[in-house]
Amino acid sequence: MAYKIVASQCTACGACEFECPNAAISTKRGVYVIDAALCTECEGHFKSPQCAAVCPVADTCVPA
Amino acid sequence: MAQVISLDSLMIPVSTDTMRQQLESGGCSSSSCGSSDGPADMAPEVWAKVKDHPCYSEEAHHYFARMHVAVAPACNIQCNYCNRKYDCANESRPGVVSEKLTPEQALRKVVTVANEVPQLSVLGIAGPGDACYDWKRTKATFDLVAKEIPDIKLCLSTNGLALPDHVDEIADMNIDHVTITINMVDPQVGTGIYPWIFYNHRRWTGLEAAKILHERQMQGLEMLAARNILVKVNSVMIPGVNDEHLVEVNKVVKAKGAFLHNVMPLISDPAHGTYFGLNGQRGPRAMELKALQDKLSDGTKLMRHCRQCRADAVGLLGEDRGQEFTMDQLAEEISYDPSKRAAYREIVAENRGEHVAQKAAAAEVVAESDTDATVLVAVATKGGGRINQHFGHATEFQVYEVSPSGIGFVGHRKVDQYCQGGWGEDATLDGVLAVLEGVTIVLCAKVGDCPKDSLAAAGIQVSHDYAYDWIESGIAAWYAAAYPSAARLSA
Ligand code: SF4
Ligand code: SF4
Ligand code: SF4
Repeated sequence: MAYKIVASQCTACGACEFECPNAAISTKRGVYVIDAALCTECEGHFKSPQCAAVCPVADTCVPA
Repeated sequence: MAQVISLDSLMIPVSTDTMRQQLESGGCSSSSCGSSDGPADMAPEVWAKVKDHPCYSEEAHHYFARMHVAVAPACNIQCNYCNRKYDCANESRPGVVSEKLTPEQALRKVVTVANEVPQLSVLGIAGPGDACYDWKRTKATFDLVAKEIPDIKLCLSTNGLALPDHVDEIADMNIDHVTITINMVDPQVGTGIYPWIFYNHRRWTGLEAAKILHERQMQGLEMLAARNILVKVNSVMIPGVNDEHLVEVNKVVKAKGAFLHNVMPLISDPAHGTYFGLNGQRGPRAMELKALQDKLSDGTKLMRHCRQCRADAVGLLGEDRGQEFTMDQLAEEISYDPSKRAAYREIVAENRGEHVAQKAAAAEVVAESDTDATVLVAVATKGGGRINQHFGHATEFQVYEVSPSGIGFVGHRKVDQYCQGGWGEDATLDGVLAVLEGVTIVLCAKVGDCPKDSLAAAGIQVSHDYAYDWIESGIAAWYAAAYPSAARLSA
């Protein structure tokens, strides 16, 4: 159960990183990635996955 | 190297025709100082805040430079005129991408620019996303720079959604100018502009989204006004969506304490990949924009000189030297040297005194004309308040409206550089002609015969007779010659 970022569409704005309640998102040399081991799909924190809700590009934060 | 306004260009001696003596005799009298930005119609404490700020004072924008650093890429809303692959379209020209910086890199860049561009007076953060939503990076950048260059003015731009959360910090940090983009005061209108917002840990759409955004914008505006922080409101004019509604927006933001209201044209192009661009939504024409601005000018002061500059712009309004200061061109270690900026300030102070007097005298000259003609004059200028640019080098024209009741700045119009277009490219010349719609004469420092003839054929005069004059003096001299006073006619 985790989300992933479609790197080719990501604008590297970093909004998802602020919003993630589990600090599962970070940049590796300018590319944003989700650590599947930390991602809970926001379960227990919020109703909807925060990264997908804030991401400005459609279908970029998606279930892995 | 891009064009720089050197200290020299501000000191260029004015041509010595008789106009000049005529003008010199005039003092700063009644109507003349009540120009859109003159101190006469402004509280002294407000003037103190804006007088060196190129984005707030029409007069200062001839002398002072601003720079933006692109440290805040994240945004919390979606606008239909924005494609987030590019910079925030509220504050920048659409379709451009700025070099993203960390706060530490931004500090290095600001110090480098301050050492090389003595006109620098303002540091702004306008994205490339939303400066208030991406608050940590915005704040870190301002804190670092303020420590190094204490007299630089700080400003930021926001869509307003996250603004109320940071007003106290904004006040504490001595940020004295904030720009909020407000495109509507009726959420129903907002539904045509904002497909969604992210607020309180969820995405909102439709009327709910527009309602929340509207309420937060109004709350932020009132909170800032209550703390005496100057608020400029930007509105994007979208024909058929909010163009008529902006009259209402103007009334409301004025009542809530906005200091300036700036209406910008929607720039829409399918190539930008925005919702509006892809759906054929057009932007307003120059004359439509002007008609709206004219309707609003009794409300909040209108700012007509906004350039919609990039999130990493550097330079005087209308010029962008950003490409000279990309990260790879900056030294690793750099320390701030305040001497150049101080020297420049002294020269400008002297110059501005003279400029104000010239403006007043010019107003008296046009007042004598025996006519009721109101005409638009376009000016090619590199800054310093003078007619000092070659027609072919102008990337934009500053447009003034002149009638016996005075000379007023009404806006700037961007052109694709004529020289870059090269010869015989009708497309470029057509572009220039379209940009000059409604203009009677162009005043510049120099112009070739060819473009002059083509413009003449289209009914637009071009003249370099007033080269290096103060803008208002040159316009007045031309106007007085074109529409002589009754006294001079009979003489
Ligand atoms: S789904 Fe939630 S927990 Fe997972 S990466 Fe996105 S924000 Fe973080
Ligand atoms: S919010 Fe979307 S576009 Fe922005 S960094 Fe995250 S995945 Fe990339
Ligand atoms: S606020 Fe600016 S960055 Fe955000 S969607 Fe609107 S135009 Fe784009």
